[in-house]
Amino acid sequence: MRYAMAMDTRKCVGCGDCVVACQTENDVPFGFCRDWIVENVSGIYPDTVKMHFKSERCNHCDNTPCVRTCPTGASHVIEGGIVKVTHDECIGCGACIVSCPYNARYVHPEGYIDKCTFCDHRVAQGQDTACVAVCPTTALIFGDLDDEKSPVSIALRENEWYVLAPEAGTKPQLYFLK
Amino acid sequence: MKTTRRQFIKITGMTAAGTAVAGSVIGQVLKAVESKTEINSDEESKWTRTPTYCEICFWKCGAWVYKDGEGKIKKIIGNNDDHHARGKLCPRGTGGIGSYYDEDRLKKPLIRDVDKDGKQTFREAEWDEAIDFIAKKMNGIKKKYGPEHMALFVHGAPAKHFEHLFSSFGNENHAEPAYAQCAGPREAGFFATFGSGVGSPEPADMQNSKCIIFIGNHIGENMHNSFVQEVSIAIDNGAKIIVVDPRLSTIASKATHWLPIKPSTDMALLLAWMHVLIYDNIYDKEYIERYAFGFEELKEHVKNFTPEWASGITTLDPELIKKSAHEMAAAAPAAVIHPGRHTTWYGDDTQRLRAIAIINALLGAYGRRGGMYLGVRKTIPEFPTVEYPEPKWTWKDITKDKYKNASVGVTNVFVDASLPDYPKEHQIKGWFIAGTSFINSIPDRKKIFKAMENQELIVVVDTMPMEMTGYADVVLPESTYLERYDYSRSGKNRVAQVAFRMPATEPLYNSKPSWWIARQIGLKLGLDKYYPWKDFEEVLDWQFKQIGSSLEEMKLLGVKTMDSGDLIYIPEGEPYEFNTNTGKIELYSTDFAEKGYNPLPTYTKHDSAPPGYYYFVYGRAPMHTFGRTQNNPYLFDLMDTNSVWINPKTAQLWGIENGTEIWLQNQDGVVSEFSTSARITERIRPDSVYMVHGFGHNRNVLSRAFGKGINDMPLITQIKIDPIMGGTGMRNNFVTFLLEKPENKEVAS
Amino acid sequence: MMEELFVSGRHIEHIDPTLTLWGGPIAIYLFLGGLAAAILIFANFFFLMGKADKYVMTVKVSTLIPPVIIVIGLLLLVADLHHKLYFWQLLLNFRIESPMSWGAWTLSFIMIPAILWPLIYMKDIINYLSDRNPKCRLLKTLSWIDGMANKFKIVRMVIELATKYQKLMAYITIVLSLILGVYTGILLSAFNARPLWNTAILGPLFLTSGISTGAALLMWMSKNHHEKILFSKFDLVLIAVEIFLIIHLFMGMKAGSQVQVDTASLFLGGQYTAFFWVGIMGLGLVFPAVLEILELNRFNIPSWLPALFILLGGLAFRFIMVYAGQFSSYNIL
Ligand SMILES: Nc1nc2c(c(=O)[nH]1)N[C@H]1C(S)=C(S)[C@@H](COP(=O)(O)OP(=O)(O)OC[C@H]3O[C@@H](n4cnc5c(=O)[nH]c(N)nc54)[C@H](O)[C@@H]3O)O[C@H]1N2
Ligand SMILES: Nc1nc2c(c(=O)[nH]1)N[C@H]1C(S)=C(S)[C@@H](COP(=O)(O)OP(=O)(O)OC[C@H]3O[C@@H](n4cnc5c(=O)[nH]c(N)nc54)[C@H](O)[C@@H]3O)O[C@H]1N2
Ligand code: SF4
Ligand code: SF4
Ligand code: SF4
Ligand code: SF4
Ligand code: SF4
Ligand SMILES: [Mo]
Repeated sequence: MRYAMAMDTRKCVGCGDCVVACQTENDVPFGFCRDWIVENVSGIYPDTVKMHFKSERCNHCDNTPCVRTCPTGASHVIEGGIVKVTHDECIGCGACIVSCPYNARYVHPEGYIDKCTFCDHRVAQGQDTACVAVCPTTALIFGDLDDEKSPVSIALRENEWYVLAPEAGTKPQLYFLK
Repeated sequence: MKTTRRQFIKITGMTAAGTAVAGSVIGQVLKAVESKTEINSDEESKWTRTPTYCEICFWKCGAWVYKDGEGKIKKIIGNNDDHHARGKLCPRGTGGIGSYYDEDRLKKPLIRDVDKDGKQTFREAEWDEAIDFIAKKMNGIKKKYGPEHMALFVHGAPAKHFEHLFSSFGNENHAEPAYAQCAGPREAGFFATFGSGVGSPEPADMQNSKCIIFIGNHIGENMHNSFVQEVSIAIDNGAKIIVVDPRLSTIASKATHWLPIKPSTDMALLLAWMHVLIYDNIYDKEYIERYAFGFEELKEHVKNFTPEWASGITTLDPELIKKSAHEMAAAAPAAVIHPGRHTTWYGDDTQRLRAIAIINALLGAYGRRGGMYLGVRKTIPEFPTVEYPEPKWTWKDITKDKYKNASVGVTNVFVDASLPDYPKEHQIKGWFIAGTSFINSIPDRKKIFKAMENQELIVVVDTMPMEMTGYADVVLPESTYLERYDYSRSGKNRVAQVAFRMPATEPLYNSKPSWWIARQIGLKLGLDKYYPWKDFEEVLDWQFKQIGSSLEEMKLLGVKTMDSGDLIYIPEGEPYEFNTNTGKIELYSTDFAEKGYNPLPTYTKHDSAPPGYYYFVYGRAPMHTFGRTQNNPYLFDLMDTNSVWINPKTAQLWGIENGTEIWLQNQDGVVSEFSTSARITERIRPDSVYMVHGFGHNRNVLSRAFGKGINDMPLITQIKIDPIMGGTGMRNNFVTFLLEKPENKEVAS
Repeated sequence: MMEELFVSGRHIEHIDPTLTLWGGPIAIYLFLGGLAAAILIFANFFFLMGKADKYVMTVKVSTLIPPVIIVIGLLLLVADLHHKLYFWQLLLNFRIESPMSWGAWTLSFIMIPAILWPLIYMKDIINYLSDRNPKCRLLKTLSWIDGMANKFKIVRMVIELATKYQKLMAYITIVLSLILGVYTGILLSAFNARPLWNTAILGPLFLTSGISTGAALLMWMSKNHHEKILFSKFDLVLIAVEIFLIIHLFMGMKAGSQVQVDTASLFLGGQYTAFFWVGIMGLGLVFPAVLEILELNRFNIPSWLPALFILLGGLAFRFIMVYAGQFSSYNIL
């Protein structure tokens, strides 16, 4: 099993629904977030200007510097490649934050480190993650890469895609469709 | 702005007790939220859900409110069966929970008082006293002038409760900003053409369309839920998208063709499109022959409106105009120009919307799959009461003489009628306002302040201490939609559906639902016979039973799909009777001709930006609704201010950089009260600036929203009234930049 | 083609717009670690060379410093944790791939010889100090420690054992110190996510810089002319190596990928340029080197002057590396 997410930049409208849904689903405190929106504008008005949005979060990398550098084992990988943090093993040293090229983690006001969990509590029950479930444009697609028939496998097969900062060597599992 | 009699009251150190309670409740909730580190499925199994439909905007998506074992609201999720929601909410709906938890909410009724030093303040009151006060004043106005001499301004779910109250009182002067500041021109334009307005949700059959055209209409930022979902389906289906907007809007960035039009010149483009469709012989001849009236007149009318002619006006490439017309014709009849919604732009808006309607007709789109479907609905009967009294005069008497095709009350007409020099016979002496921010949504401020001076009573029913509450004599705190019953939603859609709202929890603080407030006032006014029920559940249960359901069932379903028995497309090739004078689609409007309006839409030139000034363009951001959500903690987190979009070329002239703090000043010298940051972007024309409506709140009781961003409304001082339906064209304004904090200027308040 | 990027929905303190999670405490922690490692290396090295009685300052007296600054470093580290009450998790786990874990364990282990060393020489240290400065305040404390150590049999036995196997201990300590010194660089270079740190040179560079700060301190503290000259020469060599490594670092980056080029440009025209070249290269390396060369050529220069500049330069170097490293990032948006 290998969970992954695809993010269709052709459809995302940058509304931030995925961000709010994550906050209410996962009790993310105000002022913090597990996912966020990036607006990317290029070109010159009027002929070449282009824009697209991306919804970003932890990439649940295959090669996880954040887990490697964690001195306590609080950061760990669970079934399906989901990267998680055990709150009461975490000392809040920040090594994982510094080692994540995507700035996907943050210090929870209570001191431990928090980040996207791929909503493993929902996924375990066969549901989509909260952000995927809410996205009005179905720009977010979740599933198991080992299952060829999963929506994410199909999306990656049928579209061109890229990942963020592949040169960082983390093998990210959040794919952006273009 | 000076107010002599009616001082603007800041609800500041309002309710020590109230706030303390609020603090502790919120505190508890936040604690519960924070102390929970892992989601425990045992705990979630104790969760319960109740149905509602969302009230954060007027799309009214069906939803479920989830509560934990302790009865705390945890999340709101779209109802799967609902056609507005389709199992999802937009960011505002998802964050709607923040409107309930907002600790700045209104907490107790407030009454305007004068202290020893003559300073006006608000005093907290019990409900009974506040209602007594209102009833006395209303009776006073009734006695002195007649019950007709009041105006009711409403929006959203509270509307119907107070409309019933006012009709019972003998008053039909009801108005919403959703007409004369929003969709009015569209309703009038489409009605004149097809004999039927557009309504909400707009019946553009986008999910089946092969080509969708958006004129301004910035879907994706305009975040109407199923609307956005349909466009996403259309993108999946490979539909062509054509966007006409001076700004690379979100949808423009996804479009096949973006036409970066010069603001205010859309009519020229629309006429040129008609020209191409007709003279290139690519319109739907069969459809036009069968259903339309006045084609020859139209053909003659648009003869000279060539793409080249339009190019000179719109700054658009004539080839692009032609190409886009051919694109839509190729997809027709599965092609549609979306009617838009906020259409009060330049004062000739009904005519612009007529042009849009006409093109939809030329494409054969109306009543066709992929064009515009015919919405169907289930009518819910009203709870039986006594017939309303007949008022001596109504809104029609003061509106229809000027704006012959206004179909409902016009807010700005009531504002005019509220001025002291308005004929006494129809002068308005009291305002009742519920669910509209009024001074932030209706122009123009100078006039509104004068009109307020002349009022003997102003009541504001709101959930939040918004700007308008500061001008009220009585402020009534309404419960949020998560804490109350309301009338059901039963608007038109592809299928007839009824959506139900019930309280998920007890109201916080001392707030009350509108049905209760209206009924209490009614009883105090002696209108008992119009309130033969005690509890709103009674009304709803009765209504549901009439349509084959019940309160019990609706509590379980939330949204119920009914059989309307009507078709949503005109059966191919069959005759169809349109509700117009000729029974046909009126390309040439006989109604307009009769009333002395131009029967065919034509181009009028609007003001251009003076040197050093820029077209002042405003719109929506997907995570906020008008001015009502800026203080919502979830949505504030997503977007806390509205920066001003400026093209890099323009910015360079002014030495403005990304993030530079600027003030705006309009053509009449009005300066924005607050500053905001500049956002330098290629996404806008160099002759225009853009910002999101709804920011720049100046009430410091809005602990998050206060002072963040610029309020567009005070800068909208030049208003062009639509002669056909009375709408206020608000895009005829121009702004320039101030890089320093302005002194001694007329500052907008 | 110009690009505009806008991020919405996040304004997290210390993470946005750029990472500033680690600050002073980590920089000082790294500095103290390097300094402690250097002092221990010199002490043990000269002990093994049989110079214990020639370079009393270096081999004996200076070893008072490492246990103290290591403890301070560890305290800073714990103070910088956000979930402090769980710090014991650090000592419940050893994660072979985590430099943070390595560091915690190395520092803990090295504490044993670092404490034993001055205990072995406590009498000599006291003599040395009271010879030079009988009013020294430290003397009282040291005598008290000496007294306490002698009071407990077990401690006496440990010290005796340590003295017996002092050579072996010295070898082990040198190895541990080298690990510690390198670790202060590796801690950062293990974070591939930060292009500035993501280079193999960082380990040797930090080690060299650490040893150079140690040499500077010893040169400053020593009252023995030979010792002073020795460390002065050491320092010159170390500074030369350091400058070489730094130039190598930037050359490597300039020849690297786009991110590395961008990172290097932070120091070559970018926002850290002045501070780095004037403050660290100039005042922290070249200027003290010049002073030392003058001193070696018998100009009368007080030895504390170059030493102070080297120490401050070393500290500043760690600050800038910690901050600029977090600033440098991949193009992730
Ligand atoms: N998130 C969110 N969504 C909303 C709302 C909300 O408050 N928040 N409100 C809802 C309501 S009630 C309404 S009425 C709708 C309004 O939404 P729309 O009807 O889509 O909005 P408009 O204000 O008509 O259009 C704004 C767009 O028009 C462009 N524009 C400005 N001037 C011109 C011009 O001269 N010509 C052309 N072609 N384009 C121009 C602007 O650049 C901007 O992109 O949104 C609805 N949806
Ligand atoms: N300058 C400018 N003016 C505009 C527009 C614009 O874009 N720019 N847009 C126009 C358009 S399209 C429209 S539709 C109108 C909309 O205009 P309004 O309907 O006035 O919209 P809001 O500004 O959101 O004001 C809603 C008010 O109702 C309150 N409220 C929210 N929920 C409840 C509730 O449940 N009960 C009660 N009692 N009150 C509640 C809010 O706190 C707020 O004070 O504005 C129009 N005016
Ligand atoms: S919810 Fe969907 S459309 Fe909205 S920002 Fe997130 S990914 Fe984009
Ligand atoms: S994105 Fe960052 S936090 Fe997530 S797995 Fe990759 S390195 Fe770790
Ligand atoms: S902050 Fe917590 S999860 Fe991150 S590396 Fe340190 S101990 Fe591990
Ligand atoms: S997968 Fe879950 S935790 Fe991750 S961003 Fe989406 S909602 Fe948040
Ligand atoms: S579109 Fe959004 S805000 Fe409007 S009713 Fe639906 S969920 Fe609520
Ligand atoms: Mo509207």
